[in-house]
Amino acid sequence: MSNSKFTAGVIPEMKRDYIHRLASKGTRIDGRNFDEIRPLEIVKGYAKRAEGSALVRLGRTKVLVGVKIEVGTPFPDTPNMGILTTNAELAPLASPTFEPGPPGEEAIELARVVDRGIREGHAIDLEKLVIEEGEKVWIVFIDIHVLDYDGNLFDASGYGALAALTDAVVPASRYELGDDFKLPVLHYPVPVTFAKIGNWIVADPNLDEESIASARLTVTTNEEGHINAMQKGLSGTFTYEEVQKVINMSMNIGAKVREIILGDSDGKED
Amino acid sequence: MGIKSDIRLIDDNGLRIDGRLPNQLRPIKMEVGVLDRADGSAYIEWGGNKIMAAVYGPREAYPKHVQEAEKAIIRARYSMAPFSVDERKRPGPDRRAVELSKVISEALESVIFVEKYPRTSIDVYIEVLQADAGTRVAGITAASLALADAGIPMRDLIVGCAAGKIDGVVVLDLNKEEDNYGEADVPMAILPRTREIALLQMDGDMTYEELTGAIEMAMEAAQTIHKMQIEALKRKYVEVE
Repeated sequence: MSNSKFTAGVIPEMKRDYIHRLASKGTRIDGRNFDEIRPLEIVKGYAKRAEGSALVRLGRTKVLVGVKIEVGTPFPDTPNMGILTTNAELAPLASPTFEPGPPGEEAIELARVVDRGIREGHAIDLEKLVIEEGEKVWIVFIDIHVLDYDGNLFDASGYGALAALTDAVVPASRYELGDDFKLPVLHYPVPVTFAKIGNWIVADPNLDEESIASARLTVTTNEEGHINAMQKGLSGTFTYEEVQKVINMSMNIGAKVREIILGDSDGKED
Repeated sequence: MGIKSDIRLIDDNGLRIDGRLPNQLRPIKMEVGVLDRADGSAYIEWGGNKIMAAVYGPREAYPKHVQEAEKAIIRARYSMAPFSVDERKRPGPDRRAVELSKVISEALESVIFVEKYPRTSIDVYIEVLQADAGTRVAGITAASLALADAGIPMRDLIVGCAAGKIDGVVVLDLNKEEDNYGEADVPMAILPRTREIALLQMDGDMTYEELTGAIEMAMEAAQTIHKMQIEALKRKYVEVE
């Protein structure tokens, strides 16, 4: 997709006024509290050909993340580490504003923000993915496939990536390198995104909210309450006090989301 | 960030490998109006960084479908010269440059009165000629001067500045070694007058106290850098008696 806008269509002024009016009464267009995320549902093991996968429904946003694991050569500067690479595809079936073609800047930013959380949060133990130092390592590909876009792809994709990694099995037997083993997961970094609408800040914005937001901030925190990644977006600004508030809310919401991601799911869809 | 090593980044006296204190900036030099053809331009040396910024516009946005009926679009392009880093960088935008160009465009838009120039584009080109960590924030600082030099109306002179964590200590303005072997980097862009935050990224591992400490440190340093920007503008525009 190229040159398309994340914000689908032009939201009528009326809806903007409506969202503002609701916010002044402390509520939102879908009835949520400011710090409440949409219903989150995760199905692990959805794509059977993948080494790990997760289908995420965050409200009406739907994202499928697949993990493929292959053998490859390590980077020269990290001979004793496996490789992690993340890619995002805004499939044109997901929104009237997504166009076919090479990834645009939105898809690249999405992939890089998810990657940053997983990488800096040390979600996977790359040192355990070495087959032969300097020669052969496991390469973990995280592919984010956006299927239905109703806002906040950062979080849906981040949850899907982490869930898919916890679901993943390294296919060692396929390469005659011994028994398959579970991908070693060390930490559980979870992103939470906030939008600034007027002077209000709401968690997990849906598409309507996203399209009238002035600024956006994603904060990725781990199970120890440490911050691993942040990304601010859009042309509005935040005050320092707002940033502090957002970081705190991110930790609280992140802890609840982490429980859902780590919860049992047998992968049998419907 | 986070390459494991035995390198000590802070010595027994609490000094960093280049002799700086934790809250000390690298030397910064700025010059306004360095390019002939551009509508506005600026050059910055920040530690080992050498970066040039040029502004073209407001001019008719092209292709036409990118025009916006009610405002100018801001298109910043962050680019690294192939020889700006140790290992030659392939020319053309990589994924990192695409992301940085996007967040820099958004940060610059926060200060520009875009509604004054509908259907136009304001193009900001940032060329990193020599890189030494902190290129995006140095680039924003230079871009801000180039915008002022081009006479673009703005509500503040935006400043870029980064802080981070090395050897467990929160420090200002990481250099290349600190960026490679340190534990966290927090690049920011700040509106010095109102202290609003227009760009905020972070990667690494920090506690809440460390992160807020880093943000406060960068916000404080932004005031210093802002004064240098004003001096640089005065050197070009105020006649010496």
